[in-house]
Amino acid sequence: MTTSVLDRAGTAAIHQEKTGLWSWITTVDHKRIGIMYGASAFLFFLIGGLEALLIRVQLSRPDNTFITPEFYNQLFTMHGTTMIFLGVMPLSAMFFNFFIPLQLGARDVAFPRLNAFSLWVFILGGLYLNASFLFGAAPNGGWFGYANLSSKQYSPGLNMDFWAIGLQILGIASLAAGVNFFVTILNMRTPGMKLMRMPMFVWSSFITQLLVLLSFPVITVALIMLMFDRLFGTHFYSPQGGGDPILWQHLFWVFGHPEVYILILPSFGIVSEIMPVFSRKPLFGYAAMVFAMAFIAVLGFGVWSHHMFATGMGPIAHTVFSLATMLIAIPTGVKIFNWLGTAWGGSLQMKTPMYFSLGFIAMFIIGGLSGVMHSSAPADLQQTDSYFVVAHFHYVLFGGSIFALTAGAYYWWPKMFGTMLDEAVGKLHFWLMLIGFNLTFFPMHIVGLHGMPRRVYTYSAGFGFETLNLIETVGSFVLASSFLVFMYNMLKTAKSGAKAPADPWNGATLEWAIPSPPQEFNFPDEITVHGRDPLWEMKRANGGRLPEPQRVSGAGIHLPPPSIWPLVCAIGVTAVFVSLMLHEKTGPVGIVLAVSLLFLSIYKWAFEPVH
Amino acid sequence: MAHAEAHAHPATSTGIDNRKLAIWTFIGSECLFFASLISTYLVYRGKSLVGPFPKDIFEIPLVTFGTALLLFSSLFVVLALNAAEQGNRGKTILWLGLTITCGLFFIGMQVYEFSHFFHKGLTMQGNLFGASFYTLTGFHGTHVTIGVVWLLTVFIELLRGKLPPAKALNLELAALYWHFVDVVWIVIFPVVYLMN
Repeated sequence: MTTSVLDRAGTAAIHQEKTGLWSWITTVDHKRIGIMYGASAFLFFLIGGLEALLIRVQLSRPDNTFITPEFYNQLFTMHGTTMIFLGVMPLSAMFFNFFIPLQLGARDVAFPRLNAFSLWVFILGGLYLNASFLFGAAPNGGWFGYANLSSKQYSPGLNMDFWAIGLQILGIASLAAGVNFFVTILNMRTPGMKLMRMPMFVWSSFITQLLVLLSFPVITVALIMLMFDRLFGTHFYSPQGGGDPILWQHLFWVFGHPEVYILILPSFGIVSEIMPVFSRKPLFGYAAMVFAMAFIAVLGFGVWSHHMFATGMGPIAHTVFSLATMLIAIPTGVKIFNWLGTAWGGSLQMKTPMYFSLGFIAMFIIGGLSGVMHSSAPADLQQTDSYFVVAHFHYVLFGGSIFALTAGAYYWWPKMFGTMLDEAVGKLHFWLMLIGFNLTFFPMHIVGLHGMPRRVYTYSAGFGFETLNLIETVGSFVLASSFLVFMYNMLKTAKSGAKAPADPWNGATLEWAIPSPPQEFNFPDEITVHGRDPLWEMKRANGGRLPEPQRVSGAGIHLPPPSIWPLVCAIGVTAVFVSLMLHEKTGPVGIVLAVSLLFLSIYKWAFEPVH
Repeated sequence: MAHAEAHAHPATSTGIDNRKLAIWTFIGSECLFFASLISTYLVYRGKSLVGPFPKDIFEIPLVTFGTALLLFSSLFVVLALNAAEQGNRGKTILWLGLTITCGLFFIGMQVYEFSHFFHKGLTMQGNLFGASFYTLTGFHGTHVTIGVVWLLTVFIELLRGKLPPAKALNLELAALYWHFVDVVWIVIFPVVYLMN
């Protein structure tokens, strides 16, 4: 092996980290792609947050006329769509990209160019979806776009075209990434890293990709048929042609329920990384954690109809789906007890990532409890379409996913950027977020049970909704301010943050074995692992902390060359969909041009020399 | 010391080539794509309000011929792969050429069938049968077309002498996809054409 390095030393240039805009556009480095996922997803997240604030201002007092009902419909639809597809999913993708190869001890993902392709399709899809605002035609039929509200008859504008096509574009990004990470995790593990030795974040990502691979094709088909209904006049979902609107609900939720686990499982993984490190104890019940997630994933495909109790599917279907839904509480409870068991008796290091992780556990339990309440069909009939449901899914998606993703941001920031986020500001961020979050969403349980419907642009005085809605609105601004504090922390750190050592938290996993930020090639030497907490084992063998790893020359290390074709191909994919949407205006010419571009870029990509 | 490992193709953890595992993963995902389309077709079977209905227009002998072509093409591509792995260029050209020919004839059959049905009044807009039939078989036909283009690409590489036994995997990947497209048709053929 060493001889080969010497062989190459004369010819290969020392790898210099390339800089400049072009190097980012053509990059295939999983770390840079991860950072771009994070930056773009954070921007979309802020847009989604702004939409939420406008909604809260409108609802701050009864009979408010701050925004029109039409615009209100666009706001809640885009808020939901943005937070799910452009916020939480790509923020998770940031961590998949940056940390799966590092935790596996790998040099990159299995298909670096496909990885860049996923990123660009996601960004273009997100821009396309948000471009609808420029036409005053943002999607307005709710994030689950129920038929036949989504039909041409009831939504004649471009609004739902943007939605149906935007989600198909984003689905392609998710599927490409799904294949990539599935193969990466199975095939790119460093020697000794058996499946049951993988870090829990990798396990959670692996199961997430499995869910993506099996659920996104279903919504793709549902969206294709919606698109055909709207663009070509088919009757898949319109009763006047014999179609059944309920078919949409089935297809949508066969995707939609696994999707909620796609949103939460990566967060489970992040918290499972943080709890052991800041409790100074190995994760409690590793195997039980893995099997609990696998169980959740399997059950996740068998509970979709609990979103549809109000359609009246009959007592047998209601019973089966109620029971299956209640079952999910068991593996979820296992996870929560294991996190608590990890902290129990540990020497807790109360750093910011730990604050957010503990906040996650507490908030997620509340969301989980209201979820169990929905699983009972009769109770659900009372709660469905009310603010109680809004409270529930914000407790699991914000209290769950966003708290955990923020925990992950504080935990991994030093590794990604080589600087330490400020602890004091971080704790201020946490308390503002926790208080703001509960002020915003807890009262929704109460107004929901009192009958306040979701998705209605206003409410009348005298129903007892006024005070609680005002509290919610105040809470939402506290919540928003917590993110201003976060951004201040990021800026402060960028300007004058303390330099991060390789292993600031005394971590257990391989990403902490290399300098912060990592060099382009990640690991200069292959690492062999012998257990579940490889870095802790190395430290034990060494009798204490390891010496700070030095930056080394990467001479002789082969890295995949940069490529422009993933971006061109992503533009081709987007162009095909846009040409379909505009087919009445451009005719077949647009479609032919777009398909040609896609075809050309695929061939240029396939035949691009990579060595 | 492990610098060199990055040069040579490193062995994968499972021993399966990355690209091959990716194709299998993609096929697994595609199963759900076709499952959704086939389910939709089944849900809407017999629900059309107006004709034409399946029994009015289906020509079973023609489709059976097309099905046979597709099944034989799966056999041919196996033989082509075997020949490619053994470095038998002549046989690879023969079997791969036959595979592609079968695929092209199948696409031709489908184009004829679609235009024939269209003239008999079956449209996407007319009834649910038309919408679900054209969508399901149309997406399958698109997959066949992509498969033919892929196989043709490998065929051209073969003719240019760029498919030595060491690179037979390039053919195997296309063949895997081709088998999958055939298997889907084996489901579609009885479900759509025979169960009436």
